[in-house]
Amino acid sequence: MYRYDEFDHTLVAERVTQFRDQVRRRVAGELTEDEFKPLRLMNGLYLQLHAYMLRVAVPYGVLSAHQMRRLAHVARVYDKGYGHFTTRQNIQYNWPKLEEVPDLLEELAEVEMHAIQTSGNCIRNVTADQFAGVAADEIDDPRVYAEIIRQWSTLHPEFSFLPRKFKIAITGAPNDRAAVKVHDIGLRMIRNEADEPGFEVIVGGGQGRTPMIGHVVRGFLPVPDLLTYLDSVLRVYNQLGRRDNLYKARIKILVHETGVDEFTRLVEEEFAAMTRETPQVLPGGELARIRAYFQPPAYRDLGKAAPTLDLALATDSAFAQWHAASVSAHKQTGYAIVTISLKPIGGIPGDASAAEMEAVADLAETFSFSEIRVTHEQNLVLPDVAKEDLYAVWQGLKEAGLATPNVGLVTDIIACPGLDYCNLANARSIPIAQEISERFADLDRQHDIGELKVKISGCINACGHHHVGHIGILGVDKKGVEHYQITLGGDATETAALGDIVGPAFSGDKVTDAVDTVVAVYLDQRQDGERFLETYRRVGLAPFKEKLYAAR
Amino acid sequence: MTASVVTANRLGDGAVVYLAPEGRWTGCLDAALVAQDDATEPLMAMAERGLVDRLVVTPYVIAVEDGPDGRLASHIKERIRATGPTVRLDLGKQAAQTGVTESCHVPL
Amino acid sequence: MPLVKDDALVADTWTRLDDDAAMIDGPVVISLERWLNERDVLSSRNGPLGIVLTSHETPEQISDDLGRFSLICLEFPRFTDGRAYSHARKLRERFGYTGELRAVGNVLRDQFLFMQRCGFDAFEVADGTALEDWLRATTEISVAYQSAADRRATAMAQRQDSCTAS
Repeated sequence: MYRYDEFDHTLVAERVTQFRDQVRRRVAGELTEDEFKPLRLMNGLYLQLHAYMLRVAVPYGVLSAHQMRRLAHVARVYDKGYGHFTTRQNIQYNWPKLEEVPDLLEELAEVEMHAIQTSGNCIRNVTADQFAGVAADEIDDPRVYAEIIRQWSTLHPEFSFLPRKFKIAITGAPNDRAAVKVHDIGLRMIRNEADEPGFEVIVGGGQGRTPMIGHVVRGFLPVPDLLTYLDSVLRVYNQLGRRDNLYKARIKILVHETGVDEFTRLVEEEFAAMTRETPQVLPGGELARIRAYFQPPAYRDLGKAAPTLDLALATDSAFAQWHAASVSAHKQTGYAIVTISLKPIGGIPGDASAAEMEAVADLAETFSFSEIRVTHEQNLVLPDVAKEDLYAVWQGLKEAGLATPNVGLVTDIIACPGLDYCNLANARSIPIAQEISERFADLDRQHDIGELKVKISGCINACGHHHVGHIGILGVDKKGVEHYQITLGGDATETAALGDIVGPAFSGDKVTDAVDTVVAVYLDQRQDGERFLETYRRVGLAPFKEKLYAAR
Repeated sequence: MTASVVTANRLGDGAVVYLAPEGRWTGCLDAALVAQDDATEPLMAMAERGLVDRLVVTPYVIAVEDGPDGRLASHIKERIRATGPTVRLDLGKQAAQTGVTESCHVPL
Repeated sequence: MPLVKDDALVADTWTRLDDDAAMIDGPVVISLERWLNERDVLSSRNGPLGIVLTSHETPEQISDDLGRFSLICLEFPRFTDGRAYSHARKLRERFGYTGELRAVGNVLRDQFLFMQRCGFDAFEVADGTALEDWLRATTEISVAYQSAADRRATAMAQRQDSCTAS
C-alpha cells in the first residue's frame, strides 16, 4: 500500500497543527461557531445529537493492520470503545471531545491517516473498489489513481468552497463494486483500441433528495490527462453550480439543468484552455513511483490444489456456508479474498469494537500480508489469503465473533446511523436493520433467498444508499412518528438503477413484515436460478405492490 | 397549554444540555427552566449568554410534556437526545439509569 | 478597511464609488454595471481605474478590457462562496492579468492561503486585524499538491526533480 513520503508527512502534520490552532481560537472566542463550523467540517468534525462525531478518512478503503490497531486505540482512548465503518469506506467516532480532537488527529498522523475533507463542501475522500489490486476481473489497479486523486484533492485551493460536497469513485474492473454511476464523478478504467489504459468519465450521478444515474461525458480519457480533466469538471461546477438552494447545489442538478451535451461542451472547452495554461500532465515518473507502492505482496507459489480447504469444505458445513458467502476469486493462483461481515444477526451494521478491530488486525498480519480493506457495504476485507489458510482464518473470525456467513445476503444490511445518532435524520435506521436481521436469521433461508441487498437510510440524504438497494428503505417523519418508504429494484453496480417507490410509507412496526412480504412474492415468482433483481426486472412492481397493500 | 425548554450542545464535548434557572446549563431535562405557552423569548435571551461565554453551541427551543416518570421531550428526536442511542442503552445519558458511566447532571 | 499587501498592513488609497456617485479624480473603484454603462467616458478618464466583480460576475465580462484596470476586486459575499477562486485563477492564468487582484467581502485568514495560491495579492481585512496572525496563516501549510496561479512547485514536481537529481 501507499506510504507517505516527506511531503505527505509534512502536510498532514501541518494540517493537525493548523486545526489545533483553529480549535484553540474557537475555545478562546476568536472564532464564532458560524466561522468555525466550515473549518471543523473540512476536518471531518460534526456536532451530532449526543456529541461531536469525527469521520476519519480511510483513503479508497485501504488500511494496514498497524493502522487498524491505531483505530482501535483511538476508539478506546478518545471514544467509547468502538467505531462505525461507513458507506464511504470511512470510520466514524461518535463521542470525541472537541479539545481532544487535535491529539487524536496527531495519533492518526503518526500512522499516516487523517480526517481531511471527510466533510464540508469540498472534494471528499475518494472511494474505490474494495477488491482493487486483487480482483480476478481487473483491468488496472485503481488504487494508483485513487492515491493521485487523494493528493490532488487535498487542500485544493480552488475547490475547497464548492456549492456542495463532491464525491469521486473509481473502479478498475468491469464489475462495478464502487458504485461509480451514482457519484459526482465516477471513473471506470477501460482500454482503448491501442490497448492503452484510460478512464470512462461519468458525471452527475448521485443519491440524496434527487437521485440520478450519471452520464458519460468522456468515453476515453488518457491517463496523463486525468488531473487536468478533473480540474475542468470541478471548475465548471464551481462557477455554475447553484448556490441559491442547498437541495439543488450538487453537480447532478447542474448537469441536468444544463443538459449533458452542453455541460460536456463546457467541460471540454475548459479542458482545452487549461491544457494550454496549467496542464497537470501526470508524469510517468510519478505514476511509476506511486504504482511501486501497490506492487503485489510476496505471494507464495501455490498450486491450484488446496487439500486442507477441500477437506474442511467437505467435513465442516458451517465453514462451507461461510466460505460460500464470504470468499471471492483472487487473481493469484492459490489465493482468495475474504470479506468479513460486520453484520452480526441483530447487531448494528458497520459497528466494530476495539477488540474486534484488533482481532482483524491480528488475522491480517498472520494471513493477509497485513492488509485490510473497508467496503462501501460496511464490511471489512482480507484481500490476500492463501486458500490453504481459509479454514484457520474462519476459526479466528469465529473466535472474535466475526464469522457471520451472510455477505451479500438479506441480513448483510447497509444502514446509516439514523436518528439514534445523526442530527439530519428523520427516523431511526439501526433498529429497523436489527429487526429485519433477526427475522431472517435462519441461514438456510438466507441462502435459499440468495443475493439480496437491503439498504436503509434515516433521511433523504441517502447515506444508507436506499435508492440503489434491491430493497431500499427510507425513514421519513410523519407528524413526529417514524415511517418508512420502501423502494424496489435499485442497483449500484454496472447495471445501475434507482429503486421504484412501492407506495405509501409503512409505520416502523410494519416494515419488517413488508420486507417479508416482498421476499415471499419474489420466492413465489422466481424462476430457475433467478436472483431477486432479475425477478424484479422481469415481473415489475405490480405483484409486489398488490401483496404489500392487499390488506389495506 | 404548551411547555417549552431551551436546549443546546455543550461546546467542549457536544453533550446535550438544557437551560436552567439563572442562565445555568444542566444535563438533566427535569432541571430545565420551562416556559409556558410559547413565552420562550426571555429564555432564548438568557441562552444567548451561554453562547457569548462559549459554554454552548446553537441553542434552540423544544416542546416538552409531562410523562409518567417526569418530564419528556415531545418529539422523538429530542427524546433520543435526552436519553441516548436507543440501540446502545449503555451510552449517553441513559447509561446512568442502566448503571453505567454518565450522570444526568453534567455541571458546566 | 485596512489591506494586507506584500506582508504588511497598508491603508487603502482607492475610493469605492457608488454607481450614482459623481466621478472624482484619483484612483476609483467602480462596479461592473457602471463600467458596462459608461465605458466610453471612463476609458478616456485620467487616473487609475479599478473594478469590483461580485461572485456571479465573471472575468469573461471584462477580459477584453483588462488593460484599463490596475485593480480588480473579487468579492466573497460569504467566505463559503468559492466562485472567486476560479475567477482569480482565470484572470491570472487565462487572461494574463498582472495588476493588483484584491479579495474583498467576507475575507478571513483561514482562507488566506487558498486565495494567495489562486492569484490574489491583496486582501481587504476587518479593522483590528492582527498582521502576525495573517502572515502565519500563509506558512501553516508548506506543501502544495496542485499547480495553481502562484506557480509554487508542487510535491509531484519536487519528487520528479529529486528523482532526476539522484
